Amino acid sequence: MTATKNQFNVNEFGYYGQFGGAYIPEILFNNVEELKNNYLTIMNSQSFKTEFDDLLKNYVGRPTPLYLAKNLSKQFNTTIYLKREDLNHTGAHKINNAIGQILLANRLGKKRIIAETGAGQHGVATATVCALMGLECIVYMGQADIERQAPNVARMKMLGAKVVSVTSGTKTLKDATNEAIRDWINHAEDTHYIIGSVVGPHPYPDMVARFQSVISAEIKTQLLSCVGKQNPDYVIACVGGGSNAAGAFYHFLNDLEVQLIGVEASGKGIHSGHTAATLTVGTPGIIHGSKTYLMQTNDGQITEPYSISAGLDYPGVGPVHAYLFETKRANYLSVTDDEAMHAVINLTQKEGIIPALESAHALAALSQINFKPSDTVVLNLSGRGDKDLTTYINYLDTHTHAK
Amino acid sequence: MQNRIDNLFKQKNKNILSIFLTAGYPKHDDTLAIIKQLDACKVDLIEIGIPYSDPLADGPIIQQSSQVALENGVTLKNIFEQLKNLRSVTQMPVLLMGYINTVLQFGIETFYQKCNEVGIDGLILPDLPLEEYNSVHKVYAQKYNIHVVFLISPNTSAQRIKVIDEQSKGFIYLVSSNSTTGSGKELPTTLVQKVEDIKNLHLKNPLLMGFGIKGKPEFDAACKLVNGAIIGSSFITLVGHSTNFEKDISQFISTIKN
Ligand SMILES: Cc1ncc(COP(=O)(O)O)c(C=O)c1O
Repeated sequence: MTATKNQFNVNEFGYYGQFGGAYIPEILFNNVEELKNNYLTIMNSQSFKTEFDDLLKNYVGRPTPLYLAKNLSKQFNTTIYLKREDLNHTGAHKINNAIGQILLANRLGKKRIIAETGAGQHGVATATVCALMGLECIVYMGQADIERQAPNVARMKMLGAKVVSVTSGTKTLKDATNEAIRDWINHAEDTHYIIGSVVGPHPYPDMVARFQSVISAEIKTQLLSCVGKQNPDYVIACVGGGSNAAGAFYHFLNDLEVQLIGVEASGKGIHSGHTAATLTVGTPGIIHGSKTYLMQTNDGQITEPYSISAGLDYPGVGPVHAYLFETKRANYLSVTDDEAMHAVINLTQKEGIIPALESAHALAALSQINFKPSDTVVLNLSGRGDKDLTTYINYLDTHTHAK
Repeated sequence: MQNRIDNLFKQKNKNILSIFLTAGYPKHDDTLAIIKQLDACKVDLIEIGIPYSDPLADGPIIQQSSQVALENGVTLKNIFEQLKNLRSVTQMPVLLMGYINTVLQFGIETFYQKCNEVGIDGLILPDLPLEEYNSVHKVYAQKYNIHVVFLISPNTSAQRIKVIDEQSKGFIYLVSSNSTTGSGKELPTTLVQKVEDIKNLHLKNPLLMGFGIKGKPEFDAACKLVNGAIIGSSFITLVGHSTNFEKDISQFISTIKN
């Protein structure tokens, strides 16, 4: 398959090529159908747009800057802009989607909000918008992630959310998502599930991508005023479920001259058996209600992913990325734990910006690409590193050469 | 073509007792032994769960049994191995219940063909969308004489129930409340009215109720409303603790029947 124009959006049946769909138990049929029938109408209504734009501007602090990283550019002998999603309120791109979905939930009359979270950024974003709207909030988080992202757990609790520790399976994002879906089954009538990435049954992948598409819309406008053209040569973003990448790619999908690069976490290495690089080691199947690539055994059992980064530690990937991968519209690279850690330190010391571990995977991929000096590169810096400080301090303590 | 599920409902349309077990639980080779005992106790129907790593519609008890079965090394391939002698053990209708990813990886047609080969009569695949059943599965279901049973919940609209009834074969699985399996939820008080409404639709399929049927009181309550009921989690708990299947299963089934 090769890429042609205008084929990258979801079709009327909820598929991107062969990927996507809604593989859900019948109990959730009404909920998903309600979303499917209403999300576009609601999102396109004037009252929604006004409220969404106002909150993004005055509450989240958008537009986020497009920062010309001079020292990084010099290091890689090209021109690199960082899209500063780390400067959003609550510290990552996740809030864009949480604002959108809470406004949607309000319009659907839902009183109870649930979410899953890995790194805790989506959990914090959801807890934040629930505090803002006065809605009950329950966040499912794997026990392993609760331990490695303690500051975000404290923030969620302070915001009034109930954080439920998930002890099934690998105790990470996949299992938190399972538990959130089970909660939804048990509270189908009054609950809206705010999924944190471009995963899950249709219409979630499309809906979340649309809420995150503000990232690429802003890049276009900002680049025009910085360099006199809307399109860069490269857009680079990390991929867990794939929402920050989907948002950063969105308005460039049909501009085929823009190279789109997604970066997955290879953990301890692609062939180590401890990886989360789904598109490299996975095969097509069904995960969390969607047909996409996932890491699984020959028998169809979902296998345990591994990454130092809680937000990328997921055995699936959004169906839109499975499709962009298969059509070769985007390229997917992968980066190990160590490479990501080096990229954290590099950015911190060169630009004075401490990135999130997830975003550091995108940064580490810079050295895998042969840029021309004349290239314009936009890298989506999806979040800030406050939540990862303990991991960073421990790493620096044990790797003195990095100082 | 005859199907054992249809034959059952021709002979009996009240108090149908269906038991759910997880293949390869508690021990890898227990599956047939348990089925044999259920046959001796004269239950009406058996559902065998294919263990899955991420069973979204299941509560903690069935999740845990799946996990143990997977740790025991159970795969779909060796479930079919184990079931080779199914029809020398029982003539009861037997269904497989599982998640769609397992079937996809096995190969859809091969799966239906294998089911037919070992004498499986029906399938329950909770995350198989009706539309995909029609466009992909239905030809194989017909070719291999496998009845695919769909679920409805107290939330399902009358219109959709009619569509599901059109497509479902054998029976319809009525989920008693909006819950995962084995939840502690009581049977909802609104259920009586809901079932009345469903009956007024004059469905072609019989109804069996499942999820939350723990023991005799729930089984009797369900049988007053519909053609029968399915017991899952509490049976899994029983075999999980049992040191003597023959004695424990007979006792369990007779408490429910009498
Ligand atoms: C800062 C940051 N970036 C990226 C991700 C990965 O998610 P996605 O691939 O949906 O952007 C996360 C998830 O927690 C995150 O916190």
